[in-house]
Amino acid sequence: MTAEQIVFLIVALVTLGSAFMVVTTRNLIHAALWLVATLFGVAVVYALLNAGFLAVVQVVVYIGAIAILFIFAVMLTRKDARDSGPQTHKNWWVGALLAVASYLGLSALVLGWSGSSKAAAGLPSGFDAVGQLGEALTSPNAYVLPFEVASVLLLAALVGAVYVAFNRK
Amino acid sequence: MLLEYIAIAVMIAVATLIAFIAIGLGELLGPKKKSEAKSMPYESGMNPYGEGTRRMPVRFYLVAVLFILFDIEVVFFLPWAIVFRQLGIFGLIEMIIFIVILLVGYVYAWKKGALEWE
Repeated sequence: MTAEQIVFLIVALVTLGSAFMVVTTRNLIHAALWLVATLFGVAVVYALLNAGFLAVVQVVVYIGAIAILFIFAVMLTRKDARDSGPQTHKNWWVGALLAVASYLGLSALVLGWSGSSKAAAGLPSGFDAVGQLGEALTSPNAYVLPFEVASVLLLAALVGAVYVAFNRK
Repeated sequence: MLLEYIAIAVMIAVATLIAFIAIGLGELLGPKKKSEAKSMPYESGMNPYGEGTRRMPVRFYLVAVLFILFDIEVVFFLPWAIVFRQLGIFGLIEMIIFIVILLVGYVYAWKKGALEWE
């Protein structure tokens, strides 16, 4: 095994373990903190995939902002931070069956692809991922429309939050 | 490729180590005389009142949402700024449209008084 494979296995185990804790712990604040660990594991996976910018964005936006928003949301709601109800739905086995079926289906798809056994080619030297992203975001042939639509989406989120928070006066 | 990230790994390791040392040394060397005053939650020297898990005002949520939005805006700025010189005037106009749309929401939040804290 190469060093990268060892790092990947450790990170994958930690990520899956903390994701498991997110759904099993009874204290919602603890669940949010385990979610931070999970998101950090995903950031490391991005870094392993040579996506350094996405790894930083994952830490800054998901851990720095969205996980904190989750914790705020828990603190804003009723005193339900400690849940005493059952943690599984009575049809949990249906969900488990579907999850296994989709896993098997996706595995069959990936293994059926001829490129799945080949090692990925290394990036050319001097490859500027962030610059390419910037060009793609602003080029009319690429993603300029989704980029501008994203600002409308952010606007809707902002107006919605202000409306919900301030319309009781 | 992993070597590029070795500094971050070292930083995480050192930070974890310092946390363990700080807590572990206090646990090892500190005297353990318990008293009622010591076991109270620390609230800047005031006597704590109410529960620790009471509901927070919704304004905190609004601040968090505002932070996320402008956080994401900055994330879009960075790749754009790196290739700004190649893009020229066209890229500038695109980014101005992006900012103006978000400014509409900012002005709305401002007019609604969402940025004030009484």
